[in-house]
Amino acid sequence: MTAITYRQALNDALRSELLRDENVILLGEEIGLFEGSYKITAGLLTEFGPRRVLDTPIAEEGFVGAAIGAAMLGMRPVVEIMTLNFSLIAIDQIVNHAAKIHGMFGGQSSVPLVIRMPGGGGQQLAATHSQNLEVWYAHIPGLKVVAPSSPADAKALLVAAIRDDDPVIFLENLALYNTQGEVPEGNHVVEIGKASVLKEGRDISVITYSRSTTVALEVARQLESEGIFLEVVDLRSLRPLDRETVCASVRKTGRAVVLEDDWLSYGIGAEISATLMEGAFDYLDAPVRRVAAAEVPLPYAKPLENAALPTAKDLIRVIREQLDATGFTR
Amino acid sequence: MVDPAKQQDPGGKRQPVPPFPGGEAPETLIGYYRQMALIRRFELTADQMYKRAKIGGYCHLNLGEEASVVGLMAALKPRDYLFTNYRDHGYALARGMEAGAVMAELFGKTTGVSKGRGGSMHLFDTETRMLGGYGIVGGQIPPATGAALALTYRGEPGPEAEAVMCQLGDGTTNIGAFHESLNLAAVWHLPIVYVIINNGLGMATTVKAASGEPELYKRGCSYRIPGERVDGNDVLAVRDAATRALERARMEREPFLLELLSSRLRGHSVVDPARYRSRQDVEEAQEADPVPAFRARLLDSGLLDESGAQQIDTEARKQVEDAVAFADAGPDPTPDQLFDYAYATPVANSPNTLPGEPVTGIPHPAKKEPR
Ligand SMILES: Cc1ncc(C[n+]2csc(CCOP(=O)(O)OP(=O)(O)O)c2C)c(N)n1
Ligand SMILES: [Mg+2]
Repeated sequence: MTAITYRQALNDALRSELLRDENVILLGEEIGLFEGSYKITAGLLTEFGPRRVLDTPIAEEGFVGAAIGAAMLGMRPVVEIMTLNFSLIAIDQIVNHAAKIHGMFGGQSSVPLVIRMPGGGGQQLAATHSQNLEVWYAHIPGLKVVAPSSPADAKALLVAAIRDDDPVIFLENLALYNTQGEVPEGNHVVEIGKASVLKEGRDISVITYSRSTTVALEVARQLESEGIFLEVVDLRSLRPLDRETVCASVRKTGRAVVLEDDWLSYGIGAEISATLMEGAFDYLDAPVRRVAAAEVPLPYAKPLENAALPTAKDLIRVIREQLDATGFTR
Repeated sequence: MVDPAKQQDPGGKRQPVPPFPGGEAPETLIGYYRQMALIRRFELTADQMYKRAKIGGYCHLNLGEEASVVGLMAALKPRDYLFTNYRDHGYALARGMEAGAVMAELFGKTTGVSKGRGGSMHLFDTETRMLGGYGIVGGQIPPATGAALALTYRGEPGPEAEAVMCQLGDGTTNIGAFHESLNLAAVWHLPIVYVIINNGLGMATTVKAASGEPELYKRGCSYRIPGERVDGNDVLAVRDAATRALERARMEREPFLLELLSSRLRGHSVVDPARYRSRQDVEEAQEADPVPAFRARLLDSGLLDESGAQQIDTEARKQVEDAVAFADAGPDPTPDQLFDYAYATPVANSPNTLPGEPVTGIPHPAKKEPR
């Protein structure tokens, strides 16, 4: 095992799939000559040429839709959208077409398409360039949505997404690209639709995904020295959602906090809370809490941006409140 | 003896009818009429079936567009791909789908071409390579463009190459997806023919009111895509223009924009009485009706006699009656089939619950042992 960045893990996955299957093509703005806005596709144009790595005009609706049509004819396009924010231009093609074509036409055509895009705030990019709109896509039957938090999962899930016959929204995060982690050599498989318990603990479950997972793991390490043992559940897949793993964790710990980068109202945490009401109600010692982004268009100025985004401090505070409220003793 | 260059129309007005050019096989021409008559009968019957509540949702008819539909499908080879909008019944029939399976789709039966999942607006058939009617205005255009992109990865240009035809309405030339797609087709040199069925109206909105360039075939000029405007009521002109455009797509891998002028004989959909249309507009549309016109042309040219034409009409009627019977006899889908096509690759934890069922797979309530 070697430690590589999340960025490199994605690049490795794309490269190995381009090598494996000639139907895999990459499309997106500036993914070739420019090597991608965040350099995920570095070197791939040089190695595979412009037939496999297509620079597109700035036309998200057009090229996402074109990728859908190419997928219907048996190609396996992997689209990069510069950031999730720009996917809103393509949302008709994603929601009304990619997600519908298999079901609405009676299973006659699949759409083996991957749409990769980073979400996330905290980069002082202001309101239009900092969003976490994962629930927009996670809400849609017909789509699969994954949001890996580590280089290992990023690589394995990207490979799984490319080999899957359904449209997969592959959610990256700006703050994760430079993070490092061990990645198993060769074909390490992660199934879409399965959460992962990254750290076992008896006292409280923190349910999270993508960038927030790194925050939760950090907090878990910190609190362990105080004798507080967090269980960290990384959802990995937002659709389908592995409700069983979430409920099993909370049935064990009796306490739950959701840490999420999206906005609170109607967010991922809302869905997890409802799931726990159904699947772990009688096991809960306290109401489920959510630590989510403040509900404003994210401001540019650093103090305001910091105030709006969920942090380790916020998570620790809420964990302590949960423990205090339930008479926690070490 | 009737002057072969003239046609007696029901209003008593005389219209010139050009003779058929040499080299047209009579059986081919009669075949076009057979298809037009079938579409006409199918659409009139769909209208009735809607009123009898056998068909639900939206239902848009090709009435008045039969010559365009048949001419286009005569040009399209079986190896080519077709994408259309929601006004798609005629295309499905002329492309070779069984009338019964098309009617069954309208009836929402499992025997429908899309297994009852799509309805009138969403006819699809892998076999005949009609990759969908699409209900979102302009929605079919980017995927059709991408299908043409996929063709550039298999096979070489040449007379036997595959191509894509993408049909759309006049109103649809105003949506962004149209312009983004044409641009992609131009810069990527794609083998695709975009066909605008200009029936003069997008619901009640005229072309003039909606399009900055109302000569729609010119709208490709920003992308240097050549265009041509053709009389959509002339099945042969449509066929020939589409053949040329497809030829260019096959040989040169370049897109083309074809505009067909036609008329919508009825409202936008079966429930629209079209009160916004002037009497004159409606009368003109009826006068230009391509089905009786083509029938008369066949009679006048001596290729068909009245009894032969009547026989075709009777056969169309019978075929549609059979289609209704087939559709009626087909089974309704059952709730246990609800999730059958939600995903192509099954994955863990797919949420296949009916309304009110527990989502966690845990029987209610999730009770813990007393402690
Ligand atoms: C994106 C979108 N906007 C609006 C509609 C509603 N709508 C359905 S058909 C139509 C008119 C389209 O006119 P045209 O393109 O000329 O096609 P025609 O109906 O004449 O065949 C409209 C506005 C829709 N289906 N999709
Ligand atoms: Mg129209």
